[in-house]
Amino acid sequence: MAAEIRLMKTAAELALADAFATLKSRLPGDAAVAARRVDAFEAFAATGLPHRRVESWKYTDLRTLLRDAPPLALLPTPEQVAGAAAACPMLAGMDLRRLYVVNGAFAPDISDLAGLESGLTITSLASALAVGDPLVATHLGQTVPSSDAALALNTAFMGDGLVISVAPGALVTRPLHLVFVATEPAAVAMFTRSLVVLGEGARLSLVESHEGPSGVAYQINTTLEAVVGDGAQLDRLKLTLEGGEALHIATLLAQVGASATFANTNFTIGGATVRNQMLVQLDGAGTEARIGGVSLLAGKQHSDTLLAMEHIAPHCQSREQFRAVVDGAAQDIFQGRISVRPGAQKTDARMMSRALLLSDTAESDNKPELEIFADDVQCGHGCTTGSLDQQVKFYLMARGIPEKEAEALLIQAFVGEVIDGIAHEGVRAALSDATRTWLIERK
Amino acid sequence: MAPLLEIRDLHAEITGGRKIINGMNLTINPGEVHAIMGPNGAGKSTLSYVLSGKPGYEVTSGEVLFRGVDLLSLSPDERAAQGMFLCFQYPLEIPGVSNMAFLHTAANSQRKQRGEPELTSPELVRKVRELGKQLGIDTDMLKRPVNVGFSGGEKKRNETLQMMLLEPFLSILDEADSGLDIDALKVVSNGVNAMRSPDRSFLVITHYQRLLDYIVPDVVHVFAAGRIVHTGGKELALELEATGYAQYQNEAA
Ligand SMILES: Nc1ncnc2c1ncn2[C@@H]1O[C@H](COP(=O)(O)OP(=O)(O)OP(=O)(O)O)[C@@H](O)[C@H]1O
Ligand SMILES: [Mg+2]
Repeated sequence: MAAEIRLMKTAAELALADAFATLKSRLPGDAAVAARRVDAFEAFAATGLPHRRVESWKYTDLRTLLRDAPPLALLPTPEQVAGAAAACPMLAGMDLRRLYVVNGAFAPDISDLAGLESGLTITSLASALAVGDPLVATHLGQTVPSSDAALALNTAFMGDGLVISVAPGALVTRPLHLVFVATEPAAVAMFTRSLVVLGEGARLSLVESHEGPSGVAYQINTTLEAVVGDGAQLDRLKLTLEGGEALHIATLLAQVGASATFANTNFTIGGATVRNQMLVQLDGAGTEARIGGVSLLAGKQHSDTLLAMEHIAPHCQSREQFRAVVDGAAQDIFQGRISVRPGAQKTDARMMSRALLLSDTAESDNKPELEIFADDVQCGHGCTTGSLDQQVKFYLMARGIPEKEAEALLIQAFVGEVIDGIAHEGVRAALSDATRTWLIERK
Repeated sequence: MAPLLEIRDLHAEITGGRKIINGMNLTINPGEVHAIMGPNGAGKSTLSYVLSGKPGYEVTSGEVLFRGVDLLSLSPDERAAQGMFLCFQYPLEIPGVSNMAFLHTAANSQRKQRGEPELTSPELVRKVRELGKQLGIDTDMLKRPVNVGFSGGEKKRNETLQMMLLEPFLSILDEADSGLDIDALKVVSNGVNAMRSPDRSFLVITHYQRLLDYIVPDVVHVFAAGRIVHTGGKELALELEATGYAQYQNEAA
């Protein structure tokens, strides 16, 4: 039997093909969008679900993990929508403009669309696709090229999400909170896609949170495409707070212009299997990018982060900082690659990923990589994997601090190396609190 | 008067390794300052670790009573809350934990364990700043992560600050003088002397008589091959400076 040759499609692949055949005429968008969906699905079908021989998916074998493809979520009931309004309590009380996506569909009734700052426009992806919104026509699927299979599936099935644009020069001071909530008590699949476009010199802060019921094996495949114009500034924080059995696949495609600032931080604490793949392309000179990630994993959680940072233009600076705290039999994966293209002279890039293992059965796979095709650059990367420093822990205990608290203090300091870089003070405090709660609840 | 610390025929080894403490006896009464001097590798630091509960050491026999309690049954933090303090020979660096937050957590953890009311932030900040002033530790150093990038002398001052804040009954100073310049030596010694009282005791481990000019001991012990082999008054330190340990090492063997 030759494993290299695909003799048979898996049950999940067959179910996806069936679903696409049935649904494609009902998914939003005009003929051009429909054609893109078909192309995307065909591209997916040609390779099938990614598996361990696909380098970028080496540690997360979707072909094995996805035993089945559950049905697409139906539109939420009014009760489900109303219930979703209380989502993400860790950021409650903060002055954020909340925009809800419930069971994969934008929920205008509970979203805060009043008094939009001048220059800020917000629509749902479904309606943007339906009316042939020029922003979507110009940018969706055009930000960063990728042949990733999970992204192709997202393009084929994308149902709804948010389309946000900030006009040139507009500074949106009130952060947006995109609240993705799954409420269906049965296993369903959701495909959401969002687009954020910042005009020249525009500024926006964005929090994106994802959550759902524990004990339900729902699946979400979500994508955000971001276009950051010249001199613009986009700050994004993504919170993965999914239920304990969820499969969460998220793609970030960011195209960043000249003299811009782009900051992205992932905070992963929930979900059974989480994949965060980020493709960031620095297209214009003099740009700064800060990409960070924290994952706090326990039980059998599996979190796989992939970062491809492309330095295309010269004089850009990027900083990549990842921290994983892994307990139980959980597994954290970080694959990060900084590519410096020919011509991207004076690139200054530094990547560091560190994992802290709290148990003998915890696992971390840490693969930073540099790929440099320019000669006048400063690049560095490093990674460490280790357990808590017992000497330091003893030092804390010798001063009267009980063991659990000493450990908590050290772990908080460890993830603080990323969290402290978040600009929004309230959000920073909320993440510290969430970390503290996680540590207290840890057995 | 009940002794503060009683060590009775203590034997201890490195877990799975060599025996280091070899039939140690020592009684320290409240208010006393004891000095321990002895050759490199004799086991002085090991003794301090065994007393403070560092993992990796096995007590094979003997007992230690601290304020009437079986010390060896307590965890390191419980020992600290009981009033035991080890001034480390090599203080550790703790990146990401500010000195002030560390002091705050330590002081209040101890108080909580003893059932005492916790200090408020302003109370604590005021206390720490005052001590900092006495010890030549500026506000910036208090904000910085614990010991990170501190010079050797600054680390020792920081240890002294912790000791003075936590007000232990027994302070074990393991080579508090190593790496200190003359001024810092005075600062640290003044800190210790300011704390001396009828109910506080000190166990001062040192190689040099000079420290004992500043912190004048009541008793001086010679420690060799894992136990006390000779005990005398403060003049013994001067004798040792002249003669070295050779005669006592024979005694130990
Ligand atoms: N973790 C360890 N593993 C192996 N040997 C050890 C360990 N800790 C201490 N030792 C050994 O135990 C002996 C006593 O060491 P210790 O540090 O207690 O000596 P000391 O009297 O404090 O010496 P110094 O005056 O140099 O500070 C030494 O021979 C040392 O090498
Ligand atoms: Mg020593």
